[in-house]
Amino acid sequence: MRKYLSLVLALCMAFGMFACTSTPATTGPAAKDTATTDTAAGAPAVETLKIGVVCPISGTSAIAGKYITHGVEVVEQELGGKINIKGTDYPVQFIYMDNEASEEKTTNVFQKLIEEEGVIAIVGPDMSKCALAAGSIAQNAGCPVVCTFATNTAVTEIGDYIFRACFIDPFQGQVAATYCWNTGYKTAAILFNNADAYATGLTDAFISSFKALGGTIVASEEYSGSDVKDYNVQLTKLAANNPECLFLPNLLGEMPLQIQQARAVGMTCPIVCGDSADTPEVASVAGAAVEGVVYVSAFSAESTADAAVKFVQAYIAQHDGESPNSNAELAYEATKMVVYALQNAPELTRTSVRDTLATISNLELPSGLITVGADRNPIKGAVIMEYDAAGVSHFVTAVNPS
Amino acid sequence: MSTFLQYLIYGLQLGSVYALLALGYTMVYGIVGMINFAHGDFLMIGALGTFFIAKLFTSFNIDGTYPMLIVAVIIIIAMLGTGAIGVGVEAIAYRPLRNKPRMIALITAVGVSMFLENFPRALPFIGPNPRSFPTLFKTVRYSFLGASITSTQIIMISLAVVVMVGLYLLVNKSKIGAQMRAVSMDKDAAALMGINVNRVISITFFIGGALAAVAGICYASVYPQVEVYMGSWLGTKSFIAAVLGGIGDIRGAMLGGFIMGISEIFATAVNSTFGYAVGFIILIVILLVKPAGIMGKLTKEKV
Amino acid sequence: MNWKKLVKTAYPAVIVVAIYLLTMLLLKGGLLNKYYIQVMMFAGINIMMTASLNLINGFTGQFCIGHAGFMSLGAYGAAIITTMVFNGKNIPVLAQTPVFLLGLFVGGCVAAFVGALIGLPSLKLKGDYLAIVTLAFGEIVRAILRLIKPIGAARGMIGIPNYSTIAWILLFMTLTLYLLKNLIYSPYGRAFIAIRDNEIAADVMGIDTTKYKITAFCIAAFIAGVAGGLYAHLLAFIQPDSFSFVKSSDFLVFMYAGGSGSLTGSIVGAALLTMLPEVLRFLSEWRIAVYAAILVLVMLYRSDGLVGGKELPFMRIRRKELYEEPLFVRKATKKHPSAQDR
Repeated sequence: MRKYLSLVLALCMAFGMFACTSTPATTGPAAKDTATTDTAAGAPAVETLKIGVVCPISGTSAIAGKYITHGVEVVEQELGGKINIKGTDYPVQFIYMDNEASEEKTTNVFQKLIEEEGVIAIVGPDMSKCALAAGSIAQNAGCPVVCTFATNTAVTEIGDYIFRACFIDPFQGQVAATYCWNTGYKTAAILFNNADAYATGLTDAFISSFKALGGTIVASEEYSGSDVKDYNVQLTKLAANNPECLFLPNLLGEMPLQIQQARAVGMTCPIVCGDSADTPEVASVAGAAVEGVVYVSAFSAESTADAAVKFVQAYIAQHDGESPNSNAELAYEATKMVVYALQNAPELTRTSVRDTLATISNLELPSGLITVGADRNPIKGAVIMEYDAAGVSHFVTAVNPS
Repeated sequence: MSTFLQYLIYGLQLGSVYALLALGYTMVYGIVGMINFAHGDFLMIGALGTFFIAKLFTSFNIDGTYPMLIVAVIIIIAMLGTGAIGVGVEAIAYRPLRNKPRMIALITAVGVSMFLENFPRALPFIGPNPRSFPTLFKTVRYSFLGASITSTQIIMISLAVVVMVGLYLLVNKSKIGAQMRAVSMDKDAAALMGINVNRVISITFFIGGALAAVAGICYASVYPQVEVYMGSWLGTKSFIAAVLGGIGDIRGAMLGGFIMGISEIFATAVNSTFGYAVGFIILIVILLVKPAGIMGKLTKEKV
Repeated sequence: MNWKKLVKTAYPAVIVVAIYLLTMLLLKGGLLNKYYIQVMMFAGINIMMTASLNLINGFTGQFCIGHAGFMSLGAYGAAIITTMVFNGKNIPVLAQTPVFLLGLFVGGCVAAFVGALIGLPSLKLKGDYLAIVTLAFGEIVRAILRLIKPIGAARGMIGIPNYSTIAWILLFMTLTLYLLKNLIYSPYGRAFIAIRDNEIAADVMGIDTTKYKITAFCIAAFIAGVAGGLYAHLLAFIQPDSFSFVKSSDFLVFMYAGGSGSLTGSIVGAALLTMLPEVLRFLSEWRIAVYAAILVLVMLYRSDGLVGGKELPFMRIRRKELYEEPLFVRKATKKHPSAQDR
């Protein structure tokens, strides 16, 4: 008898564990439907709209999470806790969830947001691997997702509920290659992280575009993983080939050291980077070596468009003078897209929000007018930026999709 | 030839960081018999601490460099601080487990390591930002048989050797060294001989922490990017280096560190696509030939 | 006649079925939602991984810190079968189960084969040296997987069918525990434990230590491979970097926090520590720091593991059913701290 008792106790403990975390939750769209009809009937009680934000708050990518949180917070402040939908003020709540940049945790977080919190849409995640793992959960549950920085092409191919605010790898690789060719560089060398989908995706796109334009890739070297911080050997070998430019399609944690080491081994050629170079840390860590480094970016903080000026000013004012980077800006845009969809959706259901997201056209956002294409990727241009000696980046040229 | 020499210099540069960190691993292992998986995070604390200390001394900064005296002060404060944290960690987390199976201490060390990484990350003034490490040593570039070597690299490599020799002498010639060896052989018997075991182990952790701080400063001087997660993989690599050299052996740690660094660089030089895997294959081969590490001796087990 | 015996042997299965039915009931009743199911599924997979690691580390006394390497082989093996060989998303529902099972089996076999290869160095290497070899093995597997273009290289493999359900995972978890329990109380198990307690003595007593060590690696790797297959079909996406040293050390933590040399410990450790970070979500950025602090406290105050090397009744065979004296005599660890982990 005692052993059964202990078993029952153990089970109680296990379920208690579950139970104590469960807050009485509305169950998704069904609850929303009734709530909407309530409002339509003129009932005073308006439900809270919940928007999930998924980003790495801890773990090795926590820096991206910080910028994403800050970017969304700008929208949060703009809204001031409520969102005006067709004349009615709805309280709005942003739920920030840490996915530790792990795909496993992202699936947990997606389930929690969709099933337990009953969010109407999700902003994030920022990494392609996380989006690829968790996307099918949102797709099956019918919850719209706007990824911030998940640039891999396969992400939006998961299904019609998955959107993104960023441009895709092939486009960015093409922009970089076209810039190099048009500036007059006939030969290029590449150093990339073969353990990272972002870097390999950009590399493939760059190589094919650059070759198609008539350029030659004189050398390409690899390293494995973000833990590696020594690129001297690869850079020495690349320098021996005397390329006219060096392409670095790598992550924020690696790029500043690469720029610095490239200069230290005597590479004097221009350096072209991917959009992860758009963050103040690159300039501060790379120091003097950053001068003249050119990168592809989602937006330019120097842009004089109203939306951009407003965003940059609000961001700097809200976060003690910290200037926004691409992560923050894309998180802001993704959130704005969701807010726009909420305000314009015929009814407040996930499906309706999805349909509205898919029809966004010429929405004014910091990076310009955004239109969501048929493949749920935004049709938006890129800009080329260049760092000056003081580590401030300046607008060079804009590239629009062909 | 000059390329070979150049790669050798890069290998020694990377190897010296591994060696300095491996020395700490091997000291703790040799004397307490535990693997301190949080050792890599002591490196991070040393480097990040130096960053903040240097900020305090920023008024002494002239043209981006500090006077030698101030640099020495900064380094000493960082070493003392990290050493003290090492002693604290030992007293709080490891000492109660000293008589438990050593795997228990290892798992605790994994927990400590997670804590040391994520606690500063959560502190608002530290956070996850990578920071630029200040220039403590002025970099002068020398040309040498067609290869170039910087003063920082020379300092690093020679420091690793000097520290190794110093530690070796400390353990084998000094009084505290004799106590350390006694504790390493048999804690209970050492205690009976009038040795204060707790004090000896605290000193060991202090030295380990201080060495990690030195390793952190060296590492950050050549790879000037510091953030809270920088130590974890470096720590694992150095642990591998310590085992490769024969864990518990001070000379082995340095040898292991340099072999790791050099083989990593040369494997990359041959083929950067497979370099990463080849580095580990070399490791397995060495261990299969020398099952107790390069300097380690196979101990006869008594039944 | 043998009803009693049947009930005795079958009641763990009844418990699992009861858990499953209860879960489904709560899900229907709205008390549980898919989020809890999702966490439960990860917990189930982690229990399989931890229990199989326990076979190597806890029962046989070897020191493997690259267990995620076996998991990745199983995950890729199974995913290749279901996704690339059979195009699992577009096959009739009836054919899905055999394809899934075949995939899991192949994944397990690939892992078991490599497990045997990794077992070989254990003949020569001991303790930390063996640990480093297993770590290196995990890293080599990872480095190779991310270079193979047909399986997605660094981006990872996409389009894996969502076959893993809570029922499948509970089933395989139960089978694993059942297998391991019977194994540990069999002559094999006694040989494993003898090797753990003293390898030389075991050798002298006529135990073929070579055979048993390789067997332990092989079986554990097979289970890890199957768990990896379940993982791949749960996430529907795998990439090489998911199976890094960090993941291996997670399993180590689960195992020792639960209790080394105890299957109950593996269950408790893996289940609780999988849930704990989820429970702590309200702490936002302090979450992992608090999790780590709790882990350290657990190790300090329950250093023999959460269950302290004991077994729950259904994970144990009663002494009188065995011919010999109890297997798990708690040793005085004070004098020979190395005896228990070697």
